[in-house]
Amino acid sequence: MTGTGGMGGMTGTAGAADGAVTTAPVTSPALAGAAEPPPHGLGVSLPAADAAAKTQGIYPYAADLWAEGLLWAAVLRSPHPHARILSIDTTEAARMPGVRAVVTHADVPGDTAHGRRIADRPVFASEIVRHHGEPIAAVAADHPDTARLAAAAIAVEYELLDPVTDPEQAFSAEPLHPDGNLIRHIPLRFGDPEATGEVVVEGLYRIGRQDPAPIGAEAGLAVPRPDGGVEIYTASTDPHADRDLAAACFGLAPERVKVVVTGVPGAMGDREDPGMQLPLGLLALRTGHPVKLAATREESFLSHPHRHPTLLRYRHHADAEGKLVKVEAQILLDAGAYADSSAEALAAAVSFACGPYVVPHAFVEGWAVRTNNPPSGHVRGEGAMQVCAAYEGQMDKLAARLGMDPAELRLRNVMATGDLLPTGQTVTCPAPVAELLRAVRDEPLPALPQDDPDQDWLLPGGPDGAGEPGAVRRGVGYGLGMIHMLGAEGADEVSTATVKVTGSVATVICAAVETGQGFTTLARQIVQDVLGLEEVHVAPVDTDQPPSGPGARSRHTWVSGGAVERAARMVRTQLLQPLAAQFGMSTELLTIADGKITSYDGVLSTTVGEALDGKELWATAQCRPHPTEPLDETGQGDAFVGLAFCAVRAVVDVDVELGSVRVVEMAVAQDVGRVLNPAQARARIEAGITQGVGAALTENLRTSAGQVRRPDLTGYALPTALDTPDIRIVKLVEERDVVAPFGAKAISAVPVVTSPAAVASAVRAATGRPVNRLPIRPQAAVVTAG
Amino acid sequence: MTLPGSLDEAVAALSAMPAAVPVAGGTDLMAAVNSGLLRPAALVGLGRINEIRGWQYQDGHALLGAGLTHARMGRPDFAALIPALAAAARTAGPPQIRNAGTLGGNIASAAPTGDALPVLAALEATLIIAGPGGGRREIPVGHLLTGFDMLRPGELIGYVRVPLLHAPQTFLKATGRTGPGRAVASVAVVLDPARRNVRCAVGAVAPMPLRPLDAEGWVASLIDWDGERTLAPEACAAFGDYVAAACIPDPAPAPLDGGEPGTLPPAALHLRRTVATLARRALGRALA
Repeated sequence: MTGTGGMGGMTGTAGAADGAVTTAPVTSPALAGAAEPPPHGLGVSLPAADAAAKTQGIYPYAADLWAEGLLWAAVLRSPHPHARILSIDTTEAARMPGVRAVVTHADVPGDTAHGRRIADRPVFASEIVRHHGEPIAAVAADHPDTARLAAAAIAVEYELLDPVTDPEQAFSAEPLHPDGNLIRHIPLRFGDPEATGEVVVEGLYRIGRQDPAPIGAEAGLAVPRPDGGVEIYTASTDPHADRDLAAACFGLAPERVKVVVTGVPGAMGDREDPGMQLPLGLLALRTGHPVKLAATREESFLSHPHRHPTLLRYRHHADAEGKLVKVEAQILLDAGAYADSSAEALAAAVSFACGPYVVPHAFVEGWAVRTNNPPSGHVRGEGAMQVCAAYEGQMDKLAARLGMDPAELRLRNVMATGDLLPTGQTVTCPAPVAELLRAVRDEPLPALPQDDPDQDWLLPGGPDGAGEPGAVRRGVGYGLGMIHMLGAEGADEVSTATVKVTGSVATVICAAVETGQGFTTLARQIVQDVLGLEEVHVAPVDTDQPPSGPGARSRHTWVSGGAVERAARMVRTQLLQPLAAQFGMSTELLTIADGKITSYDGVLSTTVGEALDGKELWATAQCRPHPTEPLDETGQGDAFVGLAFCAVRAVVDVDVELGSVRVVEMAVAQDVGRVLNPAQARARIEAGITQGVGAALTENLRTSAGQVRRPDLTGYALPTALDTPDIRIVKLVEERDVVAPFGAKAISAVPVVTSPAAVASAVRAATGRPVNRLPIRPQAAVVTAG
Repeated sequence: MTLPGSLDEAVAALSAMPAAVPVAGGTDLMAAVNSGLLRPAALVGLGRINEIRGWQYQDGHALLGAGLTHARMGRPDFAALIPALAAAARTAGPPQIRNAGTLGGNIASAAPTGDALPVLAALEATLIIAGPGGGRREIPVGHLLTGFDMLRPGELIGYVRVPLLHAPQTFLKATGRTGPGRAVASVAVVLDPARRNVRCAVGAVAPMPLRPLDAEGWVASLIDWDGERTLAPEACAAFGDYVAAACIPDPAPAPLDGGEPGTLPPAALHLRRTVATLARRALGRALA
C-alpha cells in the first residue's frame, strides 16, 4: 500500500528523479524485467514523450517561435511605483526609422481594464501608474533593439505620488484604485470566543515575496488573421481565460481570437502575463504583421505575479497537556496594486490558518489589501504556505513553553478524517496526518560529521567557503502542511476531453496545458490503461478545443484526467459492444491488452485493428466534481472539494557565527491518494521541496519604496544544486480518495507549503532564535555569546 | 571584432579603434551587453593572446598573465604558489563562470565583490600595463582600484606581479548561501615571514578592498616569527574585532554640545560581526 524507497543521497532537481525509475520504484509494475516490453498504464514510470527533445535542447519553447516578416515588440513600463501620468508623447518614438506602430491606452478598442477575477487592471496605464513595471505603451518595430529604443523614446510626464508600500497603511491611505484598498476581508468565527487555555503563546511572522522565476521568461507571437481576428502563440497555462480576456480588450468576439499554447518553459503559477499578450495582439492587429516579444528577465520579474508578502499575528491557547484550545490570528496579505487571485489566496490562508490540527475554537481575521508593491497572485501554494510557516512557528513555541518534544506536541493535535476545519467543513477525505508525521519522525537521522569523519562534509557556506566545523550546530525541525485541491468556494471546475482511436493508435484532445507537471504523460497512461493500446498521442492545445481551465493544485489530474478516462471508457464500449453482442456476452467480460481483445474464457481473441475494421471511434466526455460553496460572512462553508497533507522533517546545519544555513536533508511523507506515475510523483515532490527551500532561505524580491531592487538572477538567489538538500521521500501514503478520479490527490503544491516551515523550525532548534521571518536572514540565525 | 595574437597587437587594435572594448572571459561585459547597458561599437578579443594565459617567475615574484582563468588559478599547482589567490578563484562563481572569467577581467571590472581583489591588495600586487608603441608601465593594484591612477586610452592590463611569500595565506568569503554567490564580505590574510608582517584586506564592504593597517601591525608584533608562529584564540578574536571596527567604523560620537550619539543599524552590525568572524578564522587558519 505504501512505498518506501531509498532516495537518500539524491540531490534532486526535478529531472534527476528519472534516474530513480530503475532503483526505487514505488509500485511493483515498474519492476517488470528489462526484456519485457516497456511498461505502460497507470502506476508505472512512463517517461514524458518530450523528455528527449527537452534534454537535447531541441524542444521549441515560445521564445523560439518565428514567422515570416515578423516585427518585434517592446513594452514601456513605469519606472515609478505610484505616479500620475500628466502626458504621454509618442511622436518621437513613432518617427524613428523602423518603428511600425506605437500603442497606448488610447488605442485599446475594447475593455480598457482586465483581470482574472475582477477587471481592475488597465491594459495600459492611462492616468495613474500603481506599480513599478506597469505597462504604459508598446512599440512594434522591425528590430528588437529599435523597438526597445523607441519605447525608451516615448516621453511620459509623471507627477510622483507617495507610494503605499506598507500593507498596514493601506487601510488608512487614500484609495489607490476606484475599487478601494480592501480587496477582501474574511472574519472567521468558529467556536466560543471566551474560551481560553492554560498556556498562551504569541508570535508575529513575516513572509517575503517569492517570485515564480520560471526557467524561461515570458514570450509570445501574435499573428493577425485575414478575418480581422488574431492568433496568439504563447505559453499560457489557462488559454481560454486568456483568450476571453484578450478578446474583450480587443473588442472582438471570443471566436475571433485564438490562443495556441506553445512549449511552456516552467510554470509555478499562472503563467504568461496579460500585460504582454494584450500589447502583442493589439500591435499585430494594428500593423497587420506577426509581432513577437521575448521578455528580458528584468521585465519578467517586474510584470508577473509574485507570492503575497504576508504579515501574520498569532495567539495559540493550549491546555497543560498540550492540546490546542483556541487559535486567534490576524493575516494581512499584500496583494500589490491589483486584485488578481488575492481573494482566493486569502480564503486558503484563513481556512488553513490553524493547520492540520484539531482546534475547537478559532478566530481568524484575514485581509487582502492594495499597495504600490509588485503584483501578487497565484504562485503554487499561495495563502497556505504563509500560514503554515506561522502556525508551525507557534507549535514550536508552544512545545518550548511546555517543555515537550515538538513532534509529540504535534501528534497530540493532528486532525484525522471526520474532524472539522475551522470553516465548519468536515474532513471527509483520507487525512493520515499522524501516520505521515510518525513516518518522518521515525526515519533515521542523517549521520553527523563526527560519526562519519571520512566523508567530505559540505559546510554552510559551501565548498571552499568560510564555514568552520566548530561553529556549526545541527537542528531538526518539523512541518505539517495542508492544501485544498482544485478551485474553491463554488468555482465551476470542469474539463472536457476527447479520445479518438484509429488503427492501433489513440489520440487525446484536451485543452489541459502540459506545464511540465506531466499531464500529457498521465493522459497517455490513462488511455493505455483503459484501451490497452500502447501508442497514445496527446494533441497540442489551442482555444478551438473546449476549455479545461487553469492548471493548479492537481486540477488537471482530477478534472482533465477524469474527463480523459470517461472518454476512453466510452470509446472502449463503442469498440467492444458489437463484439460482445455477437458473442452474447457483456463488455465487462472482454479485456484489451497489448492491442488484443480477449474474452474471459479465451474463446474470443482478436486485435483492436480487426475490431475497428477501418472505423474511427471518437468520444468526448466531461468531468465536473461535486460543487462547493463560498465562505459566508463568518468564514464558514464547505468550500473545498478535497485536501492533501504532507509532513516534512528538516535537518539543517547552521554556522552560528556567520548565520549561514545549509539544509542537509528533507525527509518527506505525503498523502498522495494513489501514485499514478512514481517517477513523476517523486520529481514533483523534489521540485516542490526545492522551491520551498528557496522560499525559506534566499528567495525574496526586495523593494525599496515600491521600487524593485535588482530584478535579476544575481540579486534574486534561486537554489542551486549545492543549496538543494538530500530529499528523502520516506513514505507515500496511498489511501485513495474515493471522490477523486483514480483516488489520486494533489502532489505538487503541498511540499511547497510545508517545507519552508520545516526549515524555519530546524533553524529554531539549532540556534534557539525565534526565526519568525522568511526567508531566514543570516542575522536571524546568528547566536551571539552572552 | 578583432582577435589579436599578442599583447602589442591588441594594444594597437585598441589604439586604432578608440571606441572598441576589450573582452576576455566576457562574464561581466556580456551581462552588461545583454541587459542593454552597453552596446560596444567593436570588440577586441583577448582570448588568443597566449602570452597572458600563463605565468612566469621573476626574482622572487610570479608574473601572472591577465588572461589566467579562475579555473586555472584554482588548480593545485597554482595553489601551491599563491594559496589565497587560488582559494579566491575557487569560490568565484559557478564552474561556467570560473572557466571563462579571468584575473585581468576581475581587476578591470573592479566590482566591489571581485573575489581576487582583496587577495591582490593583501599581496600588494603590481599591475604591468601595456600601452601603445610597446610601452610598459607599472602601477600598484590599489592605485587602479581607488582610481588614483586609471588606465589610459589604448592601455591593457598585461600582467600582475605578486610576491612569492612561501608562507600560509587564506581567503574566506561569506555569501549567505551554500551554492556559489557574490560575497557579502571577504577577507584575505597573507603572512610575510621575511618582512615579519601580516597583511590583511577586506573585500565587498566598500567600493574597493580595505587594508586595516593598524590591526596588521598590532597582530604582527604579537607573533613569534622565529618560533611556532601561533597565537592564542583570544588574540585571533581580538584581531577580528580590530579589523571589523576599522572597516566598519562606529558612527561619530555624540557632539560635545549634546545630541544623540549615532548607532550602527542592525544590518551594519551584522556585517561587522561577519567581517570579525572571517578575519578571526582567516588568521587562525593561516597560523594553524
